[in-house]
Amino acid sequence: MNDTAKYILETESLTKEFKGFTAVDDVNLKVKRHDIHALIGPNGAGKTTVFNLLTKFLVPTRGTIKVNGTDITASKPAEISRMGVIRSFQISAVFPHMTARENVRVALQRKLGTSFHFWKPLSSLNVLNERADELLHMVGLERFTDSVVGDMPYGRKRALEIATTLALEPELMLLDEPTQGMGREDVERITQLIRKVSKDRTILMVEHNLGVVSTLCDRITVLQRGAILTEGNYDEVSSDPRVKEAYMGKAA
Amino acid sequence: MNTKVGYGIALALLLVAPFMIYPVFLMKLLCFALFACAFNLILGYGGLLSFGHAAFFGGAAYITGHVIKVWGLPTELGLLVGAGSAAALGYLIGMLAIRRQGIYFAMITLALAQMVYFIFISADFTGGENGLQGVPRGYALGIFDLQDNLTMYYFVLAVFVIGFLIIARAVYSPFGQILGAIRDNEDRATSLGYDVDRYKHLAFVLSAALAGLAGSTKTVVFQLASLTDVHWHTSGEVVLMTLLGGLGTIAGPAVGAGVIVTLQNYLASGPLGAWVPVVLGTIFVVCVLAFRRGIIGELHAMLKKSF
Ligand SMILES: Nc1ncnc2c1ncn2[C@@H]1O[C@H](COP(=O)(O)OP(=O)(O)OP(=O)(O)O)[C@@H](O)[C@H]1O
Ligand SMILES: [Mg+2]
Repeated sequence: MNDTAKYILETESLTKEFKGFTAVDDVNLKVKRHDIHALIGPNGAGKTTVFNLLTKFLVPTRGTIKVNGTDITASKPAEISRMGVIRSFQISAVFPHMTARENVRVALQRKLGTSFHFWKPLSSLNVLNERADELLHMVGLERFTDSVVGDMPYGRKRALEIATTLALEPELMLLDEPTQGMGREDVERITQLIRKVSKDRTILMVEHNLGVVSTLCDRITVLQRGAILTEGNYDEVSSDPRVKEAYMGKAA
Repeated sequence: MNTKVGYGIALALLLVAPFMIYPVFLMKLLCFALFACAFNLILGYGGLLSFGHAAFFGGAAYITGHVIKVWGLPTELGLLVGAGSAAALGYLIGMLAIRRQGIYFAMITLALAQMVYFIFISADFTGGENGLQGVPRGYALGIFDLQDNLTMYYFVLAVFVIGFLIIARAVYSPFGQILGAIRDNEDRATSLGYDVDRYKHLAFVLSAALAGLAGSTKTVVFQLASLTDVHWHTSGEVVLMTLLGGLGTIAGPAVGAGVIVTLQNYLASGPLGAWVPVVLGTIFVVCVLAFRRGIIGELHAMLKKSF
């Protein structure tokens, strides 16, 4: 198998400097198709910045990014999304003034091709309701279909975010700390959910909860001060003394 | 359902109003109400503070005046040409401004609108300080003589209702849905694959076109386009009307426009004439400090609480 068939995402010497400070340092990341791949590392290691580079919310200082063998280094964020690479954000990203169903519909609407049609009634979007409700059901939000999202509990918002992302049938999902700030029950639910939706797609996720990482992830990349420290499966990475040191400091 | 009844009552009132209130005043009010509703499309629903909407209102006012007076176009066509030119101008200004955020957007729209102002002040066809005078009102559909104030009023009311319906539809359309999503969370909308600038740009063009329609109609009513229409004061006034009425509510800006135009009218003819700007300024401050949601917004909130 050649590299393009094997890896959905490859970066080469990916680097981002902020006014002389190197937040991402020469990162060569390869994500295998159909893997759940974790990107871990201490606070400030550059994980979110890597996500921002991959989705072009930030422009890399150096390096290239390939998705399915296509160089996307010069593409715009919305273009990358349309290639099937969809990201979530570290803080929950929902449309707070809309209902849960409307949130999902915003994602579904793009394929309908009427998003610029300012003369069509809102009811023309009702054809999407069935699929929207299906997705809400999938993430256990059927009770919240008509709730305004701003008032929903945090864990539910994150679930909604995943439903919205799934609406686009992404090939590659980038999840930035999907379980951050959640109680144990919610963490469990989201973990199950990620496992469920990982079929036929690739997931790259930033995650601090090592329990979640160990149960879900096929491969782990450890980032420290912007550079890759090590890579491997959970056992390999967790037994690496340098990883413990990165997390706990020199004393450990 | 409640809102439908509300709109029904409002329309009924507007239909009988000219028998109780001076029609020319009502027409002025409707023109500014349409202007404010159009402006709200970009401020309230697009989340962008344009400080240059006088360019569209006043630009269209002059163009309509010119094509009716000099080219002899029928009134309706004159309005369409005015709105169309405002849309084109909106497309150009939007192209330069739409990428900017917040205060930079306000500044660049103001700067470009000032350029438009200087063009109109120095162009020959505008009549300079005197304005473009003596624009004939013409005939509606070629038969109804608009020289009659009552006929003119119903014509203006029809234009207002059409404009208002276009705005309401745009807000509650697939496009409006994406616009709302962008205002709620721009990065998320981007990450879902929407080129957010193109949506804002379309909202800006629509807003410009309808602001233009308002300006064009005003020219026909007063048979005059003047520098006041393109002056930045007018850009400021429409911000005030929209905020006072209620940002991002469909009917709010129309109500805000009604209040401001009424105040201007009564204050200007009374002993407080010279104090109009001070009174408006005070209203603005009170509105920003105490009634953030504007008249209609506060009413909504009160109704919600009491049920
Ligand atoms: N726009 C920016 N300008 C300047 N510095 C930045 C910018 N964005 C991030 N940084 C810096 O880059 C470094 C990496 O930040 P990043 O948010 O990528 O870390 P992270 O690994 O996601 O951390 P956390 O686990 O806390 O989310 C930090 O030191 C941060 O201060
Ligand atoms: Mg982060």
